[in-house]
Formats: sequence, C-alpha cells, structure tokens
Amino acid sequence: VRLTAAHQSLAFSRRMLLVGGAQVALGGLLVGRLGYLAVSQNEYYKLQAEDNRVQLIIVPPRRGWIVDRHNKPIAINRSDFRIDLIPEQVEDPKRTLQVLAQLLELGPDEVDRIIREMKAARGYKPVQVAENVPYERYAAVTVRLPELPGVQPMRGFSRFYPAGPAVGHLVGYVGAASAAEYEKEKNPLLITPGFKIGKEGLEETLEQRLRGQPGGQRVELTARGKLVRELEPKPDRSGNTVQLSIDAELQEFAARRLGEESGSCVVLDCMTGDILAMVSMPAYDPNSFSDGIGRTEWRLLSEDLRKPLLNKVLNSLYPPGSTIKPMNAIALQAAGIDPAETIHCPGGYALGNRFFRCLGRHGTVNMRRAIAKSCNTYFYAMGNRVGYDRIAPFARQLGLGQKFDLPVVSQSFGTVPDSKWKLARYQKNPKLIERPDWTASDTLNASIGQGWLILNPLQLAVMAGRIASGRDIQPRLLGAHQRPAPLLGLPPEHLDATRGGMWEVVNGDGTAGASRLPLDGIEMCGKTGTAQVRRITGGQRGQSGDWRYRDHGLFVFFAPYVNPRYAGAVVIEHGLGGARAAAPVAKDVLTFLYDRDKAMASLGALETQWGGTLAERNARRSEAVAAAAAAALAQNRV
Amino acid sequence: MILSAIIPQPLAKLPWRLIFLVAGIAGIGIITLFSAAGGSMQPWAAKQGLTFLFFLTVAIGMSWIRESTIKSLVFPAYAAIVVMLVVVEVMGFVGKGAQRWLDLGFIRLQPSEFMKPCIVLVLARFYELLPAGAIRQWRAIWPAALLIGVPWFLILVQPDLGTATMVLLSGLTVMFLAGLPMWLFLGGGGVIAAALPIVYSMMHEYQRKRVLTFLDPESDPLGAGYHITQSKIAIGSGGIWGKGYLQGSQSHLDYLPEGHTDFVFATMVEEWGLVGGILLILAFAAVVRWGMNVARNARSRFAQLSAAGLTATIFFYVTINLMMVMGLAPVVGVPLPLVSWGGSAVMTIMICLGILMALERQQRTKSTLS
Repeated sequence: VRLTAAHQSLAFSRRMLLVGGAQVALGGLLVGRLGYLAVSQNEYYKLQAEDNRVQLIIVPPRRGWIVDRHNKPIAINRSDFRIDLIPEQVEDPKRTLQVLAQLLELGPDEVDRIIREMKAARGYKPVQVAENVPYERYAAVTVRLPELPGVQPMRGFSRFYPAGPAVGHLVGYVGAASAAEYEKEKNPLLITPGFKIGKEGLEETLEQRLRGQPGGQRVELTARGKLVRELEPKPDRSGNTVQLSIDAELQEFAARRLGEESGSCVVLDCMTGDILAMVSMPAYDPNSFSDGIGRTEWRLLSEDLRKPLLNKVLNSLYPPGSTIKPMNAIALQAAGIDPAETIHCPGGYALGNRFFRCLGRHGTVNMRRAIAKSCNTYFYAMGNRVGYDRIAPFARQLGLGQKFDLPVVSQSFGTVPDSKWKLARYQKNPKLIERPDWTASDTLNASIGQGWLILNPLQLAVMAGRIASGRDIQPRLLGAHQRPAPLLGLPPEHLDATRGGMWEVVNGDGTAGASRLPLDGIEMCGKTGTAQVRRITGGQRGQSGDWRYRDHGLFVFFAPYVNPRYAGAVVIEHGLGGARAAAPVAKDVLTFLYDRDKAMASLGALETQWGGTLAERNARRSEAVAAAAAAALAQNRV
Repeated sequence: MILSAIIPQPLAKLPWRLIFLVAGIAGIGIITLFSAAGGSMQPWAAKQGLTFLFFLTVAIGMSWIRESTIKSLVFPAYAAIVVMLVVVEVMGFVGKGAQRWLDLGFIRLQPSEFMKPCIVLVLARFYELLPAGAIRQWRAIWPAALLIGVPWFLILVQPDLGTATMVLLSGLTVMFLAGLPMWLFLGGGGVIAAALPIVYSMMHEYQRKRVLTFLDPESDPLGAGYHITQSKIAIGSGGIWGKGYLQGSQSHLDYLPEGHTDFVFATMVEEWGLVGGILLILAFAAVVRWGMNVARNARSRFAQLSAAGLTATIFFYVTINLMMVMGLAPVVGVPLPLVSWGGSAVMTIMICLGILMALERQQRTKSTLS
C-alpha cells in the first residue's frame, strides 16, 4: 500500500485520540490519588501531622510510695534540685558549659558526657547537667540564668528510703534506664533526664504500678526543634502507692539486731502468710544507688566476703541441718511411728559397717526428747525405718523446695531429694553422682538436714509457720491480710507432738534454753540447726579456725506456744551453731513484737559493743567509701 | 461589540483564555509561595511574579514568529544546545563535580531546559521532511532515536534523571504521533520492562536509594523516604477543604522539605485541601486541552507534531511532579511548572506556550503556507 499524506493525517488523528485518552487516564489517576490521600486517608495523615507539630516535653511522674502494713513509708520521694540544658536554646555552648562546670564543680567526665548528649539530642529534648544539686550551687546557677540561655534549673524528685540498708534487699533501688532497657520498651519517658526506673527488688517487680503517667509541657516545634509556641500542658499522674505486708519497724529492728553478722531473718504471720520482716545483712544502702553509685563503692560492695549484694533470704541456699527435724517428726508420725516409742542413743548409729555420729550420748529418747536434744540417732533410726521417699512429700507439703509466688526478681528454691530425683539427676549427668539408686546412707544424711537437701531461709520460715498453725500459708509481700489460710489437713495430734518438742528446745532443757523470751506468758518454740560449710576433714569440725569455713548457725521458730501467731527463721552464716548465733536473734526479734522497750534496751547494749547503731555505722562506712573514692581518683590523676 | 471595537486589533487577537488560565496558575503559585515564606512576599513570591511577567511577555512576543522562521531555526538550535550540553559535561569533569548550567556572567543557562521544547521541534521537523511512504522504514526510526538519544544520555549523566526522562517521553510522544508502527512501541515497552534491572544496576547510589524508598517510603522515614512521607502527610492532612491559608503546619514548621520548589503542590493542598488541588489540576488540564486543540487544528505536519509534542512536554512536566509528590513516582527532581519557585521551569513552559500561540495564530490567519 502506498502511504500518502492523507493516510498520514488519518493516522495522526487516531494517535491523537490515543494520546489524549492516555492523558485523561493519567489525570484521572492523579485526581484519584489526591482524593485517596486527602479523604480516605485523611484521619491517618492528620494524626501524623499532629505528631509532627506537637511535642511533649516530658515531666517525669512522681513515683508511687512503698508503705508498710501500717502505712509507714518505706520508699518515698524527696524533692531535690537539678539543672538541665536544652541544646537548641543554648547560644554559646562552650562558654555555657564552662560557667556550669565551674558553678556546679563538674568533673571532666561529666562535661564529656554532657557534650556527647548535647550532640545526640534531637529537637527540644533536654539534657541533664546535674541532679541532686545542693541549694547553694543551684542558687548560684539561678542567679546567672540571664547570661545562660537554654539552661533550665528544675525541681526534681529523688527516691529516699528512710530505713536505708535495712530495706535494701527487700525494695531494691532505682536508677536511670540503660540503653538496653530503653530499646526494650521504646518509651521516651525512659530517656527523660531525671527519670528513674526500678532496678532491683520490689522497685523492679512493681515498676508498672509505681511508675505513673508522665505529663508535661506541650509545645509546637519546627522540624529543626525551634519552639514556636507553648500549648496547653498535660498534667502528670503519680504512680500508685503500694502497701506491703512488711512491718517496717520490725524490719528495721531485725536488720539492726543482725548487726555485723552475715545472715538473714524472716518473720511471717503464721496464720496468713504475710511476711512481716525479710532482712538480709549486710546490705547495701539503696539511697546511694538512687543517686548513682560510685565505682569505688561498687567495688567495695562486690568484694565484701559477707556479700552485701546478695539477698540471702531468697538467693542463698543452705543445708538446713537439724532445723528440719520437726518436719521429719510429722512425716514419721504419718508413716505410723508412735511419738512415745523410744530409741537408745549410744552416741551414734551403725549402718552396716559405717557409724553415723550423733552430737552426744542421749540415752533413751522418744520423739519429743529427740527434737529437744536434736538427737541424730533417733532420726537416723526412724528415717531408715520408713525410708526417705515417705518423708520427702511432707518436706514439700511444708514448703521446702517450693518456689513461692512472690513479686521478687529471683528466688533460688533448692532441692528436696528422693529416689526419683536422684535417678533423674544420675541420668542427666552420671559423673556427678556415684550411683543411681537411693541408699540408706542418703536417707540418714537427709534425715539430719545434710546431703542433697538444700533450702533457702524463707522456706524454713514457711515450714515453721505451717507447723505452728497447721495452715497452708503462702508467703505474701503485698498488702496486709486478715483471713487465715486454709488448713493443711495434718492430724492435730501429730502437730501437737511436734510443737511439744519444739517447745522443749527453748523452754525445757533443749538446745536453745538460753534464748527463752523475757516475757510473761509468751513462749517461743523453735529448733536449732548447724550446717556444715565443708565436709569434716581430719580434726577440723567447722567449730573453729578460718571464718569462711565455720559452720552456719540456723534457727526456726514460732510463738506463742498457745495459738501461734508468728513464725520465722534466722540464719547466721559461719555463726558456728544455731543455739549460739541464730536463736538469740529470734528471741530479740520476737521480744520486739511484744515489748519494744525491752527489745530496744537489749539491742542498745549490743550496738554499743558493735560501735553504734546501723545508721551510725552506715554513715561511717559511707565516709570511708568517699575517702577511698577520693584516694582512687587522686591516684588516677597522678 | 463596542468593547472589541475599542481594543486594538493585535491585542484582541491574543488567545486571552489561555493567558488568563496561565496567569491563574501562576497566581496560585505566587499565593502559595507567599504562604511558604511564612506570609511574606520575600524571598520568593515577588521574584516569582516578576519572572512570570517577564516570560509571559516573551511568550506573547514569540506568538508573532512565523512557522517558517521556527522551522529554519530548529536544527541550528538543536545543534547549539547539544554543544552546550557537552560543554557543561566537560566543565563538570574539569571542575570535579556535577554541573548543570553555563554561567555567562549575567545569566545562568541550563541547556537541558531548552532541550525539552527543542527535542519536540527537531523531531517534528524531521518527520515533516521524511516522505510519507518512508514512515514504515528503518530510516524513519534511527535518525529520530539518535536525535533523542544523544541529549538524553548527556542529560542523564549530569545527572538529572527527571529532565532526561522528560526529554525521552516528549520525543517518544512525537514519534508515536508521527505514525511509526504500533508494534515498535509495544515491543519497546516490553524490552524496557525487561531491561529495568540492568538500568537499576547502572544507577547512581542516590538514584537507587530514591527508587527503593519510592517503593517503600516508610522503610526510611527519617532518611531518603522523608520527602515522600512528609509530602503525603501534608497532602493527606489537608482533607477536603484544607487547613486554611497560612495555616499549614507541615510547611510552616519546616516538616515538609522543598515546600516552595518541587513539593509546592503539597504546600498548596495542605492549606487549600482536595478542592484546591483539583482546581489546580483542572487548570493544567485546560491548558493541555487548549494545546491539543491547537495540534488538532494545525494544517502543516510540522505544526501538528510540534503542537502536540509541546503540549505533551507541559503535560509530562505537571504529571511527573504530581505523581512524585503524591508518592506515585520516585523523587526525580521535576518542579511543578508556573507554581514551583525558580525561573527555569517557567521559562521552558513559556517557550512551549509561546510557540503554541504562534502556531495557533497562524491557524487563524487567512494565508496558508501550503
């Protein structure tokens, strides 16, 4: 076909139609897209624009208080002074920092940190210069504010624990959020200067209840962070107050009574399970953590042999020694042993050709006498007769080896061994255990609280409490409860026989006769225990020599004998024996519950001996730490 | 009418509808630039107004140029612009850096801007000279491909992806209208689709990043995707009626980058809403319709092809910018003509319109050239 100009003109018209059509289609697409963005996505983009425009300068909420069962404060907030800096508003960063460093006596490390944070800050976010500023320095900065644009003197709040180290392990402490914690939560509140989160203990586990809702100044900002105008401020909401089951005064007394020992003391309400006191000593002062702990203090704490950073109530495990004999008594009766049946103790028990020693020659003993005198021979013989597999269930029923439902960061729950446990453990790692089957000597060791059996002090306190009330108490830290726990279902006569033995330990001619309560009509019942720190080798029996290898002293108790109300456990590490080291603490703590003056008098005498009250000794220690820190700093500078 | 009797003949013969349309669009631009400067004629609105008036005058002046004059100037102009593109490239190479303009002392010339109308005119002239019977032959394709390809490559390596794309699209539109076989375009489209990965691998890092963030702007909301994200927020938050004049938070608080240049449409729509946006699109559509009618009524092949091609240039200018601003195309740096701040785009558009007015005037005059 010959193509002519006419053909060409026709083709042009056709193609023009196509091009015009394409243009209309694209135009339609543009209008459609515009409609989609502006109409159907309008809400979403409105929100985004608002997010851009309005920023919140966060004011951290006040942290909720922690109070005891009588609403006495355990953790509160003290107002303090702080200095912040808004990088965007600073005109001459170098000079401003020079002036601030001089007025606030900032070290070079601090100045470096501020410069770093100023560089990283976006928009209107403030950078902390200093917190806990003494009033005179705060005032010095305030006076010079006109020449320091961007510097913000603020009233802040810092956490304060009136009882100091006495509540250290219980409540933990607060501190600025770490980078990892911020990554996890992505909450801008966490990186707000002056905001602290719970780092340990109840402060950590109750974080969400204590934190509150941040408020702040709402401002309109440009993309570069320049303030355009201030909008309606958003009020903050303080965190909730949390009531504990703890009796703050008892807690503090117990802490002071433990003195310089490394140990722990737990007191429970044996009807409800409320934990009235839970003390581990020595303890760090949570107040020094809430201001940011120094390197020297941290080093001293972590190198201390008495482990002030370890909560010995929950995270230390001990062989319970003779303290579990009352539990054995209940198990033996359930297995059909008559408490009146007697065993002759010649100073030990022969198993095959091995002789298991007793602490003395107790002659003829029944169950009550065996508890009172802590006769190993009786429990060897009876334990061997019924077998440990019939004892272990009662150990568990009474709380041993149990992990309790508590708002704590961690608890070690130890082991209640039996044949099944041993087999499983052997199958898991045969190298650790000689043989898979449960032997009679395993039973004998477990019967006197040695061998595989290891427990924490809280479990011992719960055991004492369950024997005292016969109730299935669960230890509780939050709130004050009145309703007694349900009964365990143990036969009352079994409990009575056991409790009788524990009465005789203190009030008869038993092992803890020296720790009778100095009170009329109120008697303490208990059981002493001594736990070996290492195997008896040669002549050394853990009763002398290096402190680190001395035996632990343990004591479980309840009071009064009639209608028991309180129960607990005391463990004194390397205290040589339960009667000698632990029972006197229990005596004084119980005395405090009934007669404060008498208890304070006896504590006063002791504290004079130790060189001052806990607060005084703590203050002296802080001074020493400060001196050591200064010395370390001086050394570094040289 | 009395009025038409009073108005002098040359003035009455101007295409007033088009001039009002264009002035209206430029007016929207000036109003928006006034807002983008935080409610001030400085630094953009006043200067933009003067630039527009200057180039409008130039365009009206151009409308008296005869078609034959245009035809005679096309090839020399094309050659001159290609030379300038090469010079710019060499200078950039010597000066160690990307450069897009020639500094003549009193004015900075951006040769790639001139290439946008010129590529259309040179192709129109080429197809006019080509015998009607040759349109299905190889010689209808390769000279045209070369005419497009050389400046396209020179502009692409500047690098200016936006302008290169526009030169290519305008040129292809003329080839399409010239009546080249349909299979060429369908097949070419297929080949391009297949070649995209190769092109991608040859791109500059920043261009690649733009493509990637165009496909998923939220993947990098503070980095390269920031422009698109903020632009969509500005447009979307305006709603149907807009936030009100001078009330746009995105533009006034600087969250919208380039709110007075490439993203001026977002600034405008944030304050005037869907209604304002559609109004502006319709105004541009009317300009394009007017240009297409000029092409339809043209009597010579050169007039047909160049009118349609120049209209296509205007169309692509607007469409690529709007697609970019609304997240339908990658950010390639194409301003919205007559509205965005800057003289180059105004100049290009007014050159296109000036030639279109010249062609339209000659349709109405009695004397025919054929």
